[in-house]
Amino acid sequence: MTRVGPEPISAEAALRAVADPACGGVAVFLGVVRDADAGRKVTAIEYEAYPDMARGVLDGIERDLRKAHPVKGVVLEHRTGRLAVGEASVVVAVSSPHRAEAFAACREGIERIKAELPVWKKEFGRGGAVWKEEKALRPARRRRKTRVSPRKAR
Amino acid sequence: MSIRVLFFASIADLARAREMSVEPEGDGFTVGALRRRLEKDIPRLAGKLGKCAAAVNQAVVGAEAGLKNGDEVAFLPPVSGGTA
Repeated sequence: MTRVGPEPISAEAALRAVADPACGGVAVFLGVVRDADAGRKVTAIEYEAYPDMARGVLDGIERDLRKAHPVKGVVLEHRTGRLAVGEASVVVAVSSPHRAEAFAACREGIERIKAELPVWKKEFGRGGAVWKEEKALRPARRRRKTRVSPRKAR
Repeated sequence: MSIRVLFFASIADLARAREMSVEPEGDGFTVGALRRRLEKDIPRLAGKLGKCAAAVNQAVVGAEAGLKNGDEVAFLPPVSGGTA
């Protein structure tokens, strides 16, 4: 399940959504607004998305995670709008029969979101607001027809 | 019909627009040509669009990609990425 939008993120809801009787391992990652960045005090972050493309990118990441790992439940959500310190901007939750695959899929999910999702953040803090634009957006991986062996967890 | 151009984040601030429409310049009009034309027409964007990825109909493409009427072209600034 994927979502990009202004609705608040609930870790509990994500955990409920991935629960599966066949799964003994559930991993969840929450990205939360920090109170400082590179020594600068941060009071809020505004997230802006290219929503239609972002939804497609998340759906592609979900498909790839399901191909590469024996996961049952997958939740990938990114929130948009202005968030205060402590609020969650992103959640990745996965369930799998055992913990190793759950950790690996969760890590892969968040790393790909950070690199590929067209979502930008504007930090509000001392001295005003700045867009944090640091890394060229990585094109979503091209899906191959012939990927049969699961990728190694990194 | 024309090409729909979308701006985000710092680029939208500089362009003072989130969206505009552009008439393609005949056959062989490319993302690179569109980038050069926008930087010329909107001086505040000069030197800025080269740092952006470009997506045509939501797929990231190179500067040589061709454009046609009805395409949606988005200029995507670098993202935060964060520290793992």
